[in-house]
Amino acid sequence: MIEAIGLNKTYGNVPAISDVTFRIERGEVIGFLGPNGAGKTTTMRILTCFMPATSGTALVDGIDCAERPLEVRRRIGYLPESNPLYPELTVRRFLTFAGRAKGLGSAKRGDEIDRVLSLCGIESVADRILGHLSKGFRQRVGLAQALIGDPPVLVLDEPTIGLDPTQIIEIRSLIKRLAGDRTILLSSHILPEVSQVCQRVIIINKGRVLASDTPANLVSRMGRSGKILVRATGPREEIVGALAAVPGAQRVTEAGGAFEIEGDSQDDLRAGVARAVVQGGWDLLELRAGDVTLEDVFLHLVTDEREVA
Amino acid sequence: MNGFLAVYRRELASYFQSAIFYVVAFVFLGIFGYLFFASVLAYGYFSFQAQDPMMASQLNGTEMVLTPLFHDTSVVMLLVMPLLTMRAFAEERKTGTLELLFTYPLRDLETLLGKLAAVLTVFGIVLAGTLPCVAFLSSLTPIDPGVIASSYTGLFLLGSAFLCLGIFVSSLTENQIVAAVVSFGALLAFWLIGVVEQFSGGGGGGPLSYLSILEHFDAFTRGVVDTRDVAFYLLFCAFFLFGTLRVLESMRWRG
Repeated sequence: MIEAIGLNKTYGNVPAISDVTFRIERGEVIGFLGPNGAGKTTTMRILTCFMPATSGTALVDGIDCAERPLEVRRRIGYLPESNPLYPELTVRRFLTFAGRAKGLGSAKRGDEIDRVLSLCGIESVADRILGHLSKGFRQRVGLAQALIGDPPVLVLDEPTIGLDPTQIIEIRSLIKRLAGDRTILLSSHILPEVSQVCQRVIIINKGRVLASDTPANLVSRMGRSGKILVRATGPREEIVGALAAVPGAQRVTEAGGAFEIEGDSQDDLRAGVARAVVQGGWDLLELRAGDVTLEDVFLHLVTDEREVA
Repeated sequence: MNGFLAVYRRELASYFQSAIFYVVAFVFLGIFGYLFFASVLAYGYFSFQAQDPMMASQLNGTEMVLTPLFHDTSVVMLLVMPLLTMRAFAEERKTGTLELLFTYPLRDLETLLGKLAAVLTVFGIVLAGTLPCVAFLSSLTPIDPGVIASSYTGLFLLGSAFLCLGIFVSSLTENQIVAAVVSFGALLAFWLIGVVEQFSGGGGGGPLSYLSILEHFDAFTRGVVDTRDVAFYLLFCAFFLFGTLRVLESMRWRG
C-alpha cells in the first residue's frame, strides 16, 4: 500500500533522510520509531505529498506521490505533528471545510461529519470554537479531519504527543479500533505505545532506516545478544571482576545488589557465570536471562548505529 | 470546484469570525462618511453663493461631490486594504494550517482563487456600505448614473489590484505585521512612482506614470471606462497572482 524506494531529502545542504526504503502492506499498522530529528516527519511529509523528495520514489496505492499528488492525497488522511487547526472556527465548520476540500458532496458530507464526530467522541463539542477546546479535544478533532472521507491510508504524526495518560489511552484505543482494513503509519517516540498498537515497527535514526520488523522479532533477535541478571552475595568488586573475566562477557554493571552482564550475541553466558560465582565461593541467589524490551532494541540500534538486517 | 468552494467558504467564515473585518469596515466607512459629509457641506455652501445663473449652471453634484470623494476614497483604500490581505497566507504559514491545505486534494490555484474570491467578497461588502451615501446624494441633486457605475467599477478594479499585491506579499512571510507593512509600502511606491517624471519637468505621462496605480483610476471617476486602464488593473492582478503561485510552489520544494 505504501512504498518508499530510496527516498532522499536535503534541506539546503543538510540531509534530512537518506536512502529510506520500506514497504507497507494493505491493512498493516506500522509504528515509525526514532528519536527527535530522525526524519520521521520528513518521510511522512513526502508520503503525504506535502513536499517532494529530493530523489527517490514514494508510492501510495501504486501511485507516485511526485507525479499524481492529488490522487495520492485523496487516499490519505493525515494528522500533522503540530495538529494545525483554524482556531476561529467551530468543530463542525472545520470538519465541513475538510470534507468539502476532500471532495465530499453536500449530500454525503453531513452523515460523514456525524460519523467521524461520534467515532472520535467529540459530538459534545461539535459547536464549540476550536480555539476554546482543550488539547485532548483538539487532538481528536485533528484525528477526525484525517478520518473524514474514510481514506484507506492514515498517516498520523505523533498522535499522542502532549496528552495526559488518560487521553493517550483513549487515542490509542481509537487507533486500534481504526485498524482493520486501513493501512496506518503512525510515528512516535513512546515505545510502549508502539508495541501495543503496531504490528510492525520501522526504526529510523539520523535519516536512515535501521530496522523493520515486528516488535516480537526485534526483541527476540536482540534477546540472543544476551543480557544476564545475577544476584549474589559477596564483595562487589571481586564479583564484578570475576564476572568480567567470564569468556564472552562484554560489560558488567552493578545496581542494587544485582549484576547485569551483557555478552556476545552467540553464546549463552549463564553456565560460565554460574561457574564463576561458585568458584569464587560466593552464594548464587538468582540467575536469569534479562528481559529485552523494545526499549532496549531501540536504544541499542540508535546508540550503536548498527543495522539489524 | 469543490476545492475552490471549500477554501472560499472557510475563508469567509474566518473573516466574519475575526475582528479585522469589522475594524476595517468601521474605519473605512467612518472615514468615507466623514469625507462625504464634508463634500456635501461644501457643495451646499457653494450652492448658496451661486445666486447668478452663470454660477448656478456650473453646479454639478457628480463633479463637485462624487469625483473628489472617490479620489479621496482610493487613497483611504490604499491605506486600509493591506489589513484585509495580511493574514491570507502569513497566518496559515504561522499556524501550520498550510500543511493541511497542501495535503488535502486541492490544487494551488483552487486555494489561491478561493482566498482571492473571499477577500473580494469581503471588500465588495465594505464597498457596498458606501452606496447609501450615493443614494442619499441622488435624492438631493441629480447625479449621473453612468459616472457612478464607472467609478464603482474603477474602485473595484483598484481594490482588486491592492488585494492581489497584498496576497502576494502575505505569501512571502509568516508575520502578518510584516505582510501589512510591506504591502502598504509597495502600494505607496506604486502610487508615487510617477512623481519623478513630474519633478523632472516632463509633466508626467511617461512610462513610470503609466505604472502608477492611482493614475489609471482618474478616468473612471469622470465616467470613462478605458480598456487600457482596465487592462492595466487586470494585468497587475494577474502578475501578482502568478507570483503567488510560484511562491507556493517554491515553499513546497523547500519544505
